[in-house]
Amino acid sequence: MATLEVLGKTLLLDKDGNLANPGDWSEEVARELAVREGIGELTAQHWAVINFMRKVHEQEGEPPSVRRITQESGVDTKALYQLFPNGPGKKAAKIAGLPKPKSCI
Amino acid sequence: MKEPKSRQPVERVSIIVSRGSLEGVYPGLIMANGARMEGIEASLFFTFFGLDAITNKRLDHLKVATVGNPAMHIPTVLGAIPGMSAFATHMMKKEIEKLNIPPVREFLQTIHDAGGEIYGCKASVDMFHLKKEDFTPLVDDIITVGEFYEKSAGAQIIFT
Repeated sequence: MATLEVLGKTLLLDKDGNLANPGDWSEEVARELAVREGIGELTAQHWAVINFMRKVHEQEGEPPSVRRITQESGVDTKALYQLFPNGPGKKAAKIAGLPKPKSCI
Repeated sequence: MKEPKSRQPVERVSIIVSRGSLEGVYPGLIMANGARMEGIEASLFFTFFGLDAITNKRLDHLKVATVGNPAMHIPTVLGAIPGMSAFATHMMKKEIEKLNIPPVREFLQTIHDAGGEIYGCKASVDMFHLKKEDFTPLVDDIITVGEFYEKSAGAQIIFT
């Protein structure tokens, strides 16, 4: 299994390169992952998406679809694609320490 | 290690929507939106009856075809009964909503906001005597087939 060195710790990754264990996640890890994903510094809007995704995952066991993020997190489609370019759902999930969303929408 | 050429990731898609039934339109919309979600550039090209999906007056009223569709699993004569198409459309729209798939107008808006491009086919527009103002403002342009190919440089072209 692939691993990632973040802030002096070795974290296990799943087949998509996302954290395999959501418990390994912290806000510091998120900041570090964002830099590595080319997103740079996380703004309040980034955090709104990340926190919403983590909340849904915690309550329902799965990360929300991209459509649901745009409906319920307070960040609309245009903004979401600007915040997380090149694949907003999977990028945001990666930084949120969650598996890639399985939804087609 | 370098990936063999055939395994290189898809970077751009051009999706042609040629049909105007609900089940004829949704696959193209789902594929275009799905491409954007994966970071793939996407453009949609609506041609022939596919134009209904971007025609302002029609796009909220697309119907499921119940005749000549063996996968509907009902005999053609039943499919032809008045109201059958409306019924099948109602049922399918309910299922679509359950999957959190948006209605056509909202889906076009999402694809547009996600950076997808939306085009109408000039030959079809002329054939149906339509004008630019007949279409939703989400349509980027009405273009010729030649322009479609120009805009599809480096893209995979998918016909639906």
